[in-house]
Amino acid sequence: MTDLPVGPFEAALRARIDGGGKCLVPYITGGLNDQWLDVLRAVADAGADAIEVGIPFSDPVMDGPTIQEANDRALEGGATPQSILNDLRNADVGVPLAVMTYYNIAFRAGDTRFASDLAAAGVSGAILPDLPLEETGPWADAADEAGIETILLAAPTAPDERLPIICERSRGFVYGVGLLGITGVRESLAESAMSIAGRLKAVTDKPVLVGVGVGTPEQAVQVSSVSDGVVVGSAIVNRMLNGSPESVGELVGEFREALDAAVRQP
Amino acid sequence: MTDTAPQAPLMGDPSPEGRFGQFGGRFVPETLVPACQELEKAFRSAWGDPEFRAELHDLLTNYAGRPSPVTEAKRLGDELGYRVLLKREDLNHTGSHKINNVLGQALLAKRMGKTRLIAETGAGQHGVATATAAALFGMDCIVYMGEVDIKRQELNVFRMNLLGAEVVPAMSGSRTLKDAVNEAMRDWVAKVEDSYYCLGSAMGPHPYPWMVRTFHEVIGAEAREQCAALLDGGVPDVVTACVGGGSNAIGIFSGFADTDAELVGVEPAGGAAVGRKVPGVVHGSKSYLMQDEVGQVLEAESISAGLDYPGVGPEHAHLADIGRARYEPVTDAEVVEAFQLMSRTEGIIPALEPAHALAWMMRDREALAGKTVLLNLSGRGDKDVAQMMDVLRND
Repeated sequence: MTDLPVGPFEAALRARIDGGGKCLVPYITGGLNDQWLDVLRAVADAGADAIEVGIPFSDPVMDGPTIQEANDRALEGGATPQSILNDLRNADVGVPLAVMTYYNIAFRAGDTRFASDLAAAGVSGAILPDLPLEETGPWADAADEAGIETILLAAPTAPDERLPIICERSRGFVYGVGLLGITGVRESLAESAMSIAGRLKAVTDKPVLVGVGVGTPEQAVQVSSVSDGVVVGSAIVNRMLNGSPESVGELVGEFREALDAAVRQP
Repeated sequence: MTDTAPQAPLMGDPSPEGRFGQFGGRFVPETLVPACQELEKAFRSAWGDPEFRAELHDLLTNYAGRPSPVTEAKRLGDELGYRVLLKREDLNHTGSHKINNVLGQALLAKRMGKTRLIAETGAGQHGVATATAAALFGMDCIVYMGEVDIKRQELNVFRMNLLGAEVVPAMSGSRTLKDAVNEAMRDWVAKVEDSYYCLGSAMGPHPYPWMVRTFHEVIGAEAREQCAALLDGGVPDVVTACVGGGSNAIGIFSGFADTDAELVGVEPAGGAAVGRKVPGVVHGSKSYLMQDEVGQVLEAESISAGLDYPGVGPEHAHLADIGRARYEPVTDAEVVEAFQLMSRTEGIIPALEPAHALAWMMRDREALAGKTVLLNLSGRGDKDVAQMMDVLRND
């Protein structure tokens, strides 16, 4: 696997890092409503380095109330993996995309078919949060074959010896889980966010982004002092549920500005 | 299916990856992987420790009231035209088989230094059993229960509260057992350091399906001996039990898997995961799963809250796959008939869950003529009486 070339997702993040910046990867819920592609473009235009697109699943065990609600609304509106991928096929947003969904969606389609469906839709990466290191083999091999970067999560509960193995298998970036818990905005950044960022940076040269519990520009700046950037989910989805595509773009712009300002100041 | 995992011996230990044939595994968020590994290690060590086994045996005997008897159901047998034996798990403390597993897991949680038990419940039987063990061991207990189930099992909610547990409604999705499992897993992800997830069925990520079966093997082991005494050293022709996640069935099947007895699991028609034969991955393991064509999990529908689950334990999927057990669906209407028949002929009001197995026995009575059938009577029906009063009055 070490022979695999750097994919477009990782390349985009590396370009940001090499330029001295911090990476911003927002998460949006695919198929949430008729405007979701406008949201996707607004997020890209507002300075996202890459975007995670959620494919809704009936039983999202890693997700908190905000993403659950978006998930339910999208499903009620008739969104399917295929409808979301069809939409993406024609959406040229200029930044790489990864889908985030749960493994049964890929398993039901078949690992090989799902990976090639993603590739055909122009998607670069995939995050499957209920597919940990020991179970990822068949999927990740099929994804490698199709040129899809499988991004693995690394949690605060992992013992030290587990982290390098996760980093070795992960492609695109290594997703540090910021806290013990499910997705959602918290009042302050958990100590575990800084700690997992540091532990991962110590064992890998791949980009390390922290997500889950990173909900404000201040928290993003704080954790990015150690990590290479952040994934922001619930805060963005909350805006998506309650605001226009433009207002989602504005929020992403605030994260972008804060991250850029932080690296300008010594 | 492309898995090439080595075949587990018939009802032996799963593979090191937690596979029964091609089913099982550990499909959980990364945060929970170390917790599952720690649990597996702790369980292996406890089960190999004579002191742990002795303490559990003492609890099962002097607290739960084991062994539960096997009752010859003469009038029911006359009605059906063949010999019927009942394994009386309804006579256990808390009124169902669930206590076997819960006492084992709570003892394990104590040994692991955990102070808080998390549980999901459908009909409330597992929730009541967990709340009971938490009270006995002085632990905190939180039980997730679908909002729909809270309404149809009010009495069990009150019992859990009496026992000192907090019952939290699961408000997402179908608001039944599946969603209660989601909420319990979310809680566990957040509180994994001090909390123990006391899973109530032979499902979930490795080691749960194996561990829960092991704690319920007492049902099968006792029944094997009791049947031998009644049947002149023999075994029943058929052993049957209801299957939602499948814990009581896997417990009694384990005692007869190496005999000639036919093993029959009975699923609600609206929740027949094995019957539909479509593999999937949810709640930590690969098994048969009710789902639509793109992989969204479907809502099960059953008169019995305890069987209202779209999946099934992975070892049942394996037993079906290799042909060692077969699985039959029954309708709610058939279950209502069976519920009344056992009450009327034996003076035993069964829980709606085991009434499913009896419903199949009634339907297939001709094929069973002349045989001896052992039914795992997994729980008593007190909890269902109010619901059945409504059903029968509206008839």
